[in-house]
This record gives sequence, structure tokens and C-alpha cells, in this order.
Amino acid sequence: MSTTKNILLVGVGGQGTITASKILSNGLVAHGYDVKMAEIHGMSQRGGSVVSQVRYGEEVHSPVIDKGDADIIVAFEMMEALRWLGHLKPTGKMVINNYQLPSVRINSGIDSYPQNILERIREKANTTVIDASDIAKSLGNRRTMNVVLLGALIKSMALEDLNWEEIIRENVKEAFVDINIQALSAGMKEI
Amino acid sequence: MKKLLTGNEAIARGAYEGGIVYASAYPGTPSTEILENIALYKEDIIAEWAPNEKVALEAVIGASIAGGRAIASMKHVGVNVAADPLFTFAYTGVTGGTVLVTADEPGMHSSQNEQDNRYYARFSKIPMLEPSNSQEAKDMVVEAIRISETYDSLVLLRVTTRICHSKSLVNLGDRVEGEKKPYTKQLDKFDAVPSTARKLHAKVEKRLTALEAFSNETPLNFIEWHDKKIGVIASGISYEYAKEVFGDRASYLKLGFTHPLPFKKIEDFAREVETLYVIEELEPYIEEQIKSRGIHCIGKERLSNQGELSPEIIRSAFLEEKLEVIDYDASDMVPRPPTLCAGCPHRGFYYELGKRKNIMINGDIGCYGLSGFEPLNAKDTTICMGASVSMAHGAQTIFNRYNEDMRAVATIGDSTFFHTGMNSLLDVIYNRSNTITCILDNRITGMTGHQDHPGTGYTLQGMPTTIVEIEDVVKAMGVKHVRVINPHHLDEVNEALDWALAIDNEPSVIITRYPCALKKYSPQDLEEFGAIDSQCVVDESTCIGCKKCLKTGCPALIWHPEKRRVSIDTNQCVGCQVCLQTCPVNAISVKGVAR
Repeated sequence: MSTTKNILLVGVGGQGTITASKILSNGLVAHGYDVKMAEIHGMSQRGGSVVSQVRYGEEVHSPVIDKGDADIIVAFEMMEALRWLGHLKPTGKMVINNYQLPSVRINSGIDSYPQNILERIREKANTTVIDASDIAKSLGNRRTMNVVLLGALIKSMALEDLNWEEIIRENVKEAFVDINIQALSAGMKEI
Repeated sequence: MKKLLTGNEAIARGAYEGGIVYASAYPGTPSTEILENIALYKEDIIAEWAPNEKVALEAVIGASIAGGRAIASMKHVGVNVAADPLFTFAYTGVTGGTVLVTADEPGMHSSQNEQDNRYYARFSKIPMLEPSNSQEAKDMVVEAIRISETYDSLVLLRVTTRICHSKSLVNLGDRVEGEKKPYTKQLDKFDAVPSTARKLHAKVEKRLTALEAFSNETPLNFIEWHDKKIGVIASGISYEYAKEVFGDRASYLKLGFTHPLPFKKIEDFAREVETLYVIEELEPYIEEQIKSRGIHCIGKERLSNQGELSPEIIRSAFLEEKLEVIDYDASDMVPRPPTLCAGCPHRGFYYELGKRKNIMINGDIGCYGLSGFEPLNAKDTTICMGASVSMAHGAQTIFNRYNEDMRAVATIGDSTFFHTGMNSLLDVIYNRSNTITCILDNRITGMTGHQDHPGTGYTLQGMPTTIVEIEDVVKAMGVKHVRVINPHHLDEVNEALDWALAIDNEPSVIITRYPCALKKYSPQDLEEFGAIDSQCVVDESTCIGCKKCLKTGCPALIWHPEKRRVSIDTNQCVGCQVCLQTCPVNAISVKGVAR
């Protein structure tokens, strides 16, 4: 199934990966693709490592993405980028939010945050680093960071020729539509 | 219309389209969203949370016998709880079509074991369907209702986490209302006394023969011919993984109806292919049955019976192929394990309880399962729903028998107490136990995502209802020593523990009553507990960097190693003040915040 494309969105519970992957998946369906998306819910994922897997193409079978098979990984947090690097195709793209969110154990002084993450990933893969949190903040709503990253993802996968404004309108609350549309186009400009 | 649905949403849609009128369940990952989504069809389906899975299935059995189509859904271990009615309802058959959904959890993302519930279909002799994606999940509920009414049997729909929580495209259909069958008294069918049950068993064996013929004919079990060198037999998510790996390099016998198995179809398929692989997650349920018929196949020789399968595992096991991966050093990577949330009412209680000596803390199923990890290091055991209370009794009996200086404490949540903890407490009271039962009442079913229960005052579909007060229940059962405390007040916690430990000849109960930090407060909660309107702050010049507050494990506390001081994350803190009470130098204070 070589025509199937594989996208991983990784981050920390509460960062909006699930909303971003929902908008993405609905857009891909509107595009006419077969789409499968996998998430793991369950034990309190607040502050836990979260991953959404989105696969699209003519006919998609497995909902999960193997190690070494992601065309693109969008990491909402730096350490999560390092955690999932092994899932990227050697020719794949890594988009990383320039943002650190220490785990509870790091905050408690038990573990330490890994060092030089961006340099280490750049050595191994085609990497773009985006200040999505700063961009979202400058737009006036820090929570739109996920849609800034979605914009970068859409441009990276050459999916920008779809009416994403309409998809956003259908998937976010009315009061947040405009700011999310701005966030999406700001993210696209980063690529 | 095509829509992206999770397997759970699709099952709910199937229940709607298939004319189900009554649904009952107890929440449990990965099954919870099935009933939550069924409940949205308010006009057509009455959907209810039951206190436990046995009760859910029994209510569904009653609905079926009265003539309505009904569905029960539960996680794999929930079926163990419901096994008693299951095995006899399997004998009696149905009036309205009846479906039992078992949501299994290979890999145990949020479970205590990974039992393969396909064996329940064989064990109880009922038909079973296994969907591979959301479209099939929806269609198979409708088909299961038809099979149930045609063959007069409860039908098991078996799904796994990857089916429940993965989204794929589904064609939506319309609801087809079933005809309400009149209720008639049928002692020879529904009164399973021994003389009747013997006849019913004979009927069940006949039904199995008819169902095997159906299994060989139904398009739910179909063959896809490609290259005949390799033949793959698979069901559920394993089929999708196999397709991903082998593509057109293999032929497939895809099994959607897996009990009874279509042995004729299997024999025909096996004859045509050179090598036969059976690819299944967890146990060799299909493989062993095929092998017992003398058909040669390869399965668990190459696949583990532990954990989830993936295309990667199948590729490496059968094709000895591997994708090229980026090789990198991840030795300094640290995990993000789940923790009790900031402001969790369980934290203060376990913080104090965990410090006590000569105590065995029996844990239960719920968020408080996280109390065994660093830094709380509190509980000793986890087995199943309700077990903490009865296990504490058994343990205390042995400690007493051997004159050991140990006290057994049970810690159990409100929803779990209603589930099966009540029966266990009866055991404690009846058998003159001296255990300490701690009911951690956070006013909601927490871990599965805030489902109402008999103590919250609301039904699943939003109707106000009687609030069953746990204090009243335990007193009515006969416990003489009962205390209700606020678990955020550590002195109150300690005083209650001292009080309970001093009662050494009778059972005692401590109820910690405070809402889950993430709960949307009901009007009653607001009246009793007030709105969250404060946060804690650390005065850096007073903080001495002793890290005492960090022993509570609150995720809002941040240690700054460079300046050896703690600060509090304003995004997370809800002002529970547990950390404040642990500070030896009063460096933490409260400030009001607008919420």
C-alpha cells in the first residue's frame, strides 16, 4: 500500500493534538481520501504522552503506523519529538514546536529533561522548528498553537489546495473560528 | 452519507439503525463511549448506566424477554462480572434481539489483564461476530440483532481497543424499528429450573449445529483470492494488519463470524493454498480449533500471545522483512506516566495513609490505582472491581490468626463501591472483621471520564434522580463507626486514621468526600463545596528548598534545581492546599483567583 500517507501528531495531553488530528482527518475525507485515525484513550492522560495516528490514501487498512513508516511527524513538544523519531521514515519530515513541557517527574527533580534535542534530531532527519506557541500568543490565543502546527503540517504535505476554512468552521466553536483560520495560515507561512 | 466514526460511535449507530430500544452498561475502557453515544439517541433508545456489568446484562435480559431489542456493552473484565446471567441466558434464548458487546484490551492500555473473551462465545455456546473496522462494527450490530432473533440466541460482538478507538469511514443508514413482540409467560423457555434447563441445553446444542451451517454460508466469512502460495485466516483488527503487510501477495479467508467457525469454508480454503497462516491477536482461539480438525496451519509458532499485534510484528514474523528505521540515541528519554491530577482529592488521603507503618493498603480499580507509584508509594494491591474491601478482610483475618501487628485497610472509590464494594462490605460486617474501609467519594466515576452513578443525582440521559448517600448505605448495612472527612484537610485525615486504627474489634468506615478536580460541579456540588476560586503560591524568599511538598506528587509543583526552590504552575493549581499543609516554613499561601 505504497500510496498510503502516514502522519503522526505527538504531544502531551491537553495540547490539542486530538482536535488538530480531527480537523486534519475531516479535511482529508473532504478531499476524497480513505482515512483511518487511531488514538489511545484510557488511563488519565493529563500530562501523559499522547499520539494521534492519521493514515490516508486510496484504501487504508491498518489504523496504526509502524516504526520507520511515518511520512511526517508533527511534535507539539520537543521531548515527544525525540520519543517518536524512530517512527519516521529515514526520508520523512519532522516538524517540531520549539516548546518544552517537563514531565511531573522532571518537575519533581527525579528525572532530567534530555539535552540538545533539536540538534540531535536535525542530525538524523529533515527538520523544521516552529515557534508555534509564540505565534499563537501573538495572535492573541495561546491555545491555537495546535492549529498553527496543523497549518505547517498541511503545507508540508502539499494539502493546502482544500477549503480548510470551511473544515475549521465545521470543527471548532463559532467564537474561535476566525482566530483558528489566522493560526492555520500563520502555520502555513512557516514552511 | 459517509462519516468518520470510532468503532464505539459506529456500534452506537448500529444500535440505533438496528432498532435497539434499551441499552445498559457500566463504564470501562475501551467500551465506555459505546453507551455514551447510544445515549445521544434520546428519542429512540433508553440508555442507562448500571451499577455493574452483571446488573447491566440482567436489565437487558429483562428488556429482551419483555419483547424489546436490547444491547449491553462492557470491557473484557466486565464480562467476568456478567458471566453468571450470560451462561444461563445463553440457554433460554431471547424474545427481542439481544447483543452483548465485549471490548477487549490487548496490550492493557488501561486494564489489569488481557484475557481473550472470544472464549466466552465458545464457553457459553453463543454466536460471535468480530468487526475489523467502524463500517463493519455498525453493520454487524444490525446483523447481530437479526441473528439473535433468527436463531433465538444472545449474540456476542467482540471488539478490541484498536477497533473501539480508531476512526474510519462509515456509510450511515436509517433506523429500522423492530416490531414489539407481545410478552407471554413461557415457563419452558425463561424459567431455568433444572428440569427446564436440561431441555434448554439440548436446544442449545441443536442451535450450534444450525449456526455452524450459517457460518459456512454467511458473507461475513469471505474469501479473497490472490496469490495462493500464502493463505491467511484472520479476524478483527488482525485482518487489517495482515492486508497491510501481505497486500496481494496472499489470499485471505476473512472471518467476521467467529463462533461457531465455518469449518467447511476453512477446509476449502486450506486445500487451495500452499501455506496457511492464522494471524490472531492474544490467544490461538481460531488456530487451535483448526488444528484440532487436522488442518495444518502456522500461527502462534511465530506470534506471541501477549500484547497487541501490529503490521510490524506480522511482517517480521512471516516475511522476515523490516522497514528501515532511523537509528538514534534515546537513552536519556524519560517517561510521562499518568499521575493524579493537581487538586485530586485522593492525593492528601494517600499522602497521609502511605506514611503509616504496619499497614497493608488494599487498592481497587480507578484513578487511585495511581497511588502505588512514586512519590506516594501508598497502596499494596490491585485485583479487580470491589476486591479491596473483601481482600482486606481476608488479609486481616490472617494477620489476626498469626498475631501479626498489621492492619488491613481497603481504599475504594464511590462508583466502585456501588459496583461490587457493597457486597464486600457485607462480608466485613457479617464476619466480625476489624478492617478499615476507606471510601474515596469524588462524586463521579473518574478514570473513565466522568460518568454519573447512583450517588451523583443524575441519570445518563440527564434526568435528576435520588442521590444514594454512601454514609446512609454503610450505616444501614450495620457499620457503627463511620466518619466523613474532607481529604484536602490533612489534620482531619490523620485524626480519622488514628480514630479508625484505635477501633480494633469492629469494622470502621472513613468516607472522604470531595469532588474530582476535573468534575463539572452539579448545583448540589456548588452548594456543598463552593466554586474553585483560589490558587496556592510559593514565597521564594521563605522557601528553603526542602522538597517536602514534592512528596505529594502534585503535577502543579515545579522544582527549580538551579535556585533550589519550588514554584506552582498557575495553569494547573486549583487551590486544594494540600502542599501548603506539608510546608514546614509556611512558604506557601493562598490567593484568590477569578474563574
